[in-house]
Amino acid sequence: MFSKFASRYRYSVILLKQLVITDFKLRYQGSFLGYIWSLLRPLALFAILYVVFTKFLKLGNGVPHYPVYLLLGIVIWNYFIEVTTGSVSAIVSKGDILRKINFPKYVIILAGSFSALINLFLNLVVVGVFMYFNQVEVRAIGLLFPILVLELFIFSLAVAFFLSAAFVRFRDVSYIWEVFTQGAFYATPILYPLSLIPDRAAKILLLNPIAQIIQDSRYVLITENTQTISGLYGSPYARLIPVAVVVLSVVIAAVYFRSRSRFFAEEV
Amino acid sequence: MHEDTVIRVDNVSKDFHYTGNKAGTIKSLVTGIFQSEQDKNADIQHALKNVSFEIKKGEFFGIVGRNGSGKSTLLKLLAGIYAPNQGEITTSGKLVPFIELGVGFNPELTGRENVYLNGALLGFSRKEIENMYEDIVEFAELSKFMGQKLKNYSSGMQVRLAFSMAVRAHADILLIDEVLAVGDADFQRKCFDYFKELKRTKTTVVFVSHDMGAVREYCDRGILVEESEIILAGSAEKIATQYNKMFNEQTADAQQVEQERWGNGAVSIDEVTTKVAKDNVDVTYTVNAKEDVDNPIIGFRLRDAQGRDVLGTNTKIEKQKPGVLRKGDSLTIRWRFPNVLSDGTYIVDPSVIFADSITVADWWDGAATFSIKTSRHFPYSVDPGYEVDLAKGKARV
Repeated sequence: MFSKFASRYRYSVILLKQLVITDFKLRYQGSFLGYIWSLLRPLALFAILYVVFTKFLKLGNGVPHYPVYLLLGIVIWNYFIEVTTGSVSAIVSKGDILRKINFPKYVIILAGSFSALINLFLNLVVVGVFMYFNQVEVRAIGLLFPILVLELFIFSLAVAFFLSAAFVRFRDVSYIWEVFTQGAFYATPILYPLSLIPDRAAKILLLNPIAQIIQDSRYVLITENTQTISGLYGSPYARLIPVAVVVLSVVIAAVYFRSRSRFFAEEV
Repeated sequence: MHEDTVIRVDNVSKDFHYTGNKAGTIKSLVTGIFQSEQDKNADIQHALKNVSFEIKKGEFFGIVGRNGSGKSTLLKLLAGIYAPNQGEITTSGKLVPFIELGVGFNPELTGRENVYLNGALLGFSRKEIENMYEDIVEFAELSKFMGQKLKNYSSGMQVRLAFSMAVRAHADILLIDEVLAVGDADFQRKCFDYFKELKRTKTTVVFVSHDMGAVREYCDRGILVEESEIILAGSAEKIATQYNKMFNEQTADAQQVEQERWGNGAVSIDEVTTKVAKDNVDVTYTVNAKEDVDNPIIGFRLRDAQGRDVLGTNTKIEKQKPGVLRKGDSLTIRWRFPNVLSDGTYIVDPSVIFADSITVADWWDGAATFSIKTSRHFPYSVDPGYEVDLAKGKARV
């Protein structure tokens, strides 16, 4: 059973591994510090956020461990942006290969996702270090975090599939997505605690899976003093709405990508 | 599908749709709604129409046709790169396409890393590549360069590495585009050795080519594609003969070769003709002076179908003085040289340069073409005839 599955997807797996390795090698090529930048970037970001939001703006008064709380939100958001923005031109930039050999196109998008996932793990290590220094109490509920990462991975992947396929036909997609994510950054509780927002608006904002994932992650890893979707709606079942959004995105993206991928070679 | 049949193409058609500007925009999606049906049809190009054929296991199958006839589209359909609009293509067994060598090569990666990347695209795991890595490098003769980035390789080195990868691909069916057989003579020889090996091992090969010599030598059967349709199917000999007939008719219009012409126009070249006899080739053209020109250098160059220089000369090299050409004068020059050319198409590039050897009066690349047909097939352009002497003896120890 497993070997049959393995032989069917053998080519995809070989290709996926190789594309992730290649991407990782190319990413920091020619830079003096190389892979260390994967760790330095979130550290530098953290330093800036720490100064701006705890010394000047003081948005996080009342939220325990606010700097780490902030960093976790940023790290999750950055993963989403890296996967989706990177995916927009992913198919088109591989046009050269697409026109010469037939291979499962989804591998390109999957490879981008896994590359970003490696980065996410490195960033989470940094978050972990700061949690330690900030003396964040580690609780058993933190074990639920991998489920949230899985949800994040799946949702980002679905959006990536949709965007990459749409961009092949409509080059406006890159501009639309750029503007959209700039707006979405502020419509997602990343910089500000959700408690600053009126409850009615907060209820709407949390229907966004990314907002739900960020708030839930903060809840399980950092502090129970975090507004989550179940807290706001007063029912844990409210979480099913963003999850349904994720499932729906996956279905739409899969159907759209499958139907379009047949024509990538001639349209890119 | 019959058990011997490994590729079956059943009534396949392929159209390409072009929007006004190639990269679609949301705007064209909106305006497209108001476009009449007739306008839409104007943007469709029929690349292939109702094509059907079968390829049997172990066949060396040729697809021949002129540029733009649809043969490359057909190869891409077989490779699964394009999807047909109509009809069905069934293949059985592992198929490896060589539309181009070195697919996925990245200039920023080292030779070694590119071997793994290209290998993955050909379906090899890292472990499999590791096992054959030494062989690949040795065959490509690049042992010293594998740690260097590909961008530092010469194009010849890149082709060698790519070819060394390609010959290792295990496939039930190989799709080979003629681009495989370009490069220097040594490389061509390697390619033809590889074809022979494929033929010996009874690998199913689909071979797209312009080179009727190669088609005759390697292919068992084939099809001739012209204007999106199969106009002839049959033995390689039949296909090659028909192709040559059509091609020669066409070259009379000189439409095949890309022409390029420059110069200051002080003189102009006209009436370029060629005559091929068994022993000699004549290249004749007229030079018309539009201004007074003192002792211009009149010459020509011959190139083969791949654009490589074959031979050439000019009046200066031959120590000929055309004298002063007055405005309105015309001069006809005929070059005759022994016919030592081998099978193929040749391009004539006549030129007139001022006596200073620098200023170009008229230079006309691709002014005329002609074909040579001989029974001897050569990877080289010149075949002066050879005397071979073999002497056997005892090896000195």
